[in-house]
Amino acid sequence: MKIRTWGYSIKQGMINIKRNKLFSLASIATIAICIFLIGLFYSVFVNINHMVEEAEQQISVTVFFKPGITDEEIANLKDQISKRAEVKEVTYTSAEEAWEEFKAVYFGDHMDLAEGFKDDNPLANSASFEITLNDISMQDVLVNYLNSLKDQGIRQVNASENTASTIDTFGKLVAYVSVALIVVLLAVAVFLISNTIAMGITVRREEIGIMKLMGASDLFVRAPFMVEGLIIGLIGAVIPMIVLLVLYNRVVLYIITHFQQVSSFTIFLPVKDVFNILGPLALVIGAGIGLIGSMITIRKHLNV
Amino acid sequence: MIDLENVSKTYSAGAPAVNDINLHIDAGEFVFIVGNSGAGKSTLIKLMLKELEPTAGRIVINGKDLKTIKHRKIHLLRRDIGVVFQDFRLLKDRNVYDNVAFAQRVVEVPNRIIRRKVPAVLSMVGLAEKYKSFPKELSGGEQQRVALARALVNNPPILLADEPTGNLDPKNSWEIMNLLEEINNRGTTVIVVTHNKEIVDAMQKRVVTIQKGMVISDEKAGGYLYED
Ligand SMILES: Nc1ncnc2c1ncn2[C@@H]1O[C@H](COP(=O)(O)OP(=O)(O)O)[C@@H](O)[C@H]1O
Ligand SMILES: [Mg+2]
Repeated sequence: MKIRTWGYSIKQGMINIKRNKLFSLASIATIAICIFLIGLFYSVFVNINHMVEEAEQQISVTVFFKPGITDEEIANLKDQISKRAEVKEVTYTSAEEAWEEFKAVYFGDHMDLAEGFKDDNPLANSASFEITLNDISMQDVLVNYLNSLKDQGIRQVNASENTASTIDTFGKLVAYVSVALIVVLLAVAVFLISNTIAMGITVRREEIGIMKLMGASDLFVRAPFMVEGLIIGLIGAVIPMIVLLVLYNRVVLYIITHFQQVSSFTIFLPVKDVFNILGPLALVIGAGIGLIGSMITIRKHLNV
Repeated sequence: MIDLENVSKTYSAGAPAVNDINLHIDAGEFVFIVGNSGAGKSTLIKLMLKELEPTAGRIVINGKDLKTIKHRKIHLLRRDIGVVFQDFRLLKDRNVYDNVAFAQRVVEVPNRIIRRKVPAVLSMVGLAEKYKSFPKELSGGEQQRVALARALVNNPPILLADEPTGNLDPKNSWEIMNLLEEINNRGTTVIVVTHNKEIVDAMQKRVVTIQKGMVISDEKAGGYLYED
């Protein structure tokens, strides 16, 4: 089909929408709600993911050794633990390093106070491995494994409380529920669009018949209805994106000012990072719903 | 140009509307198809447009076999044929100009050409002044002329006119017939379904007479055979 013809098809598509305002509005509203929810769930989901990642960075398992363990035994243990699939990194901290760190944290500017301990490291037995994980849900497995190594010189295994794992589980739950809800809404949106377009086709049935007898190509006959679906889908995508854009920072601000547990902006993703993906995604989904809805109807009602 | 071999068409129930018709029409011919009401003339036209499928037989138009033509190429067949439908089939929500322009728009003619061509065709059929009128504001004869203008505007190699003078007085009928003859003289193959005995007798063109779906006579330069 020629480019100039698309101008005509777009005009006809808009006429269809105007003629059939009520159904078009209903379709736009459904898509808008659907995409709003997609956007909402997406924003929640990527933020939870972000929080889990942040939390994961902080989570680690610490292993302390029995007194008198040799450097060779420590190197052996490090090798064994590093080989585990769930283990990301094993960092060794010697007793001296532990003491230096302790001093820096607790004595700070008053290093002189620590001088008293000079040659007698109070943390002599606190050489340790700090083990970070690839996947925090595997923490319990690792802790069990490490406990089983006690006869090889491990004295104690400390694991931080597993908050990240809880967030992660919650995130997955949100994802499942939202995917289910969105699928249902998408189906409703497609159904409504295809009905809207079916109305347009019914109104134009005579005209379509005449067009075909006068030699209109299949695409020419279909194009206005494809355009109609596309426009409805795109409007249905743009509206919720604007709403979400306006809401996002306000909600973040509200949460930070009203919940003491949440103390910093940095645990939320900046609006730009969310909409970089969400914006184009919404347009593609809107256009997709619109086109799929119109294609279904065109196949069923436009025998071209 | 047009070849029908043993073509039959039976609607869902009843006797065949077209019954084993053989008809060959050369490029550039002017042919009258006559026969009483219900003889199968309009059905024949619908078959040639592939608006209907024949129950049996083969139709070839401008080298295109209507049975084997690909679905997505049917529109190209139809671009070869300008049709004046017996019931006009004008778009009620568009004025005369837009109805004629529509025929060009659907075959993707540029606007620049549409603006030049539509007024020319409208003045050819004598409707230049009524270009803004809507079909319901026109007489039957005027609507018929809009339908004719629409069939002619793309200069198709074949023109099918189903009773184009059915609603016209003798003077207007002659004007239309003279127009069709002129178009034929410019090289278009013209097929006219008509009841107009006076015109058929006077013009001495090829006359194909159909009765009960069958060709009962095919005269080279004949007159109107059938008497109601
Ligand atoms: N859509 C249809 N369904 C059933 N029968 C039809 C249909 N169209 C026409 N017929 C029948 O087919 C026969 C031929 O009709 P038609 O081709 O319109 O005749 P004509 O144009 O010569 O008057 C008639 O008996 C008519 O009743
Ligand atoms: Mg008829």
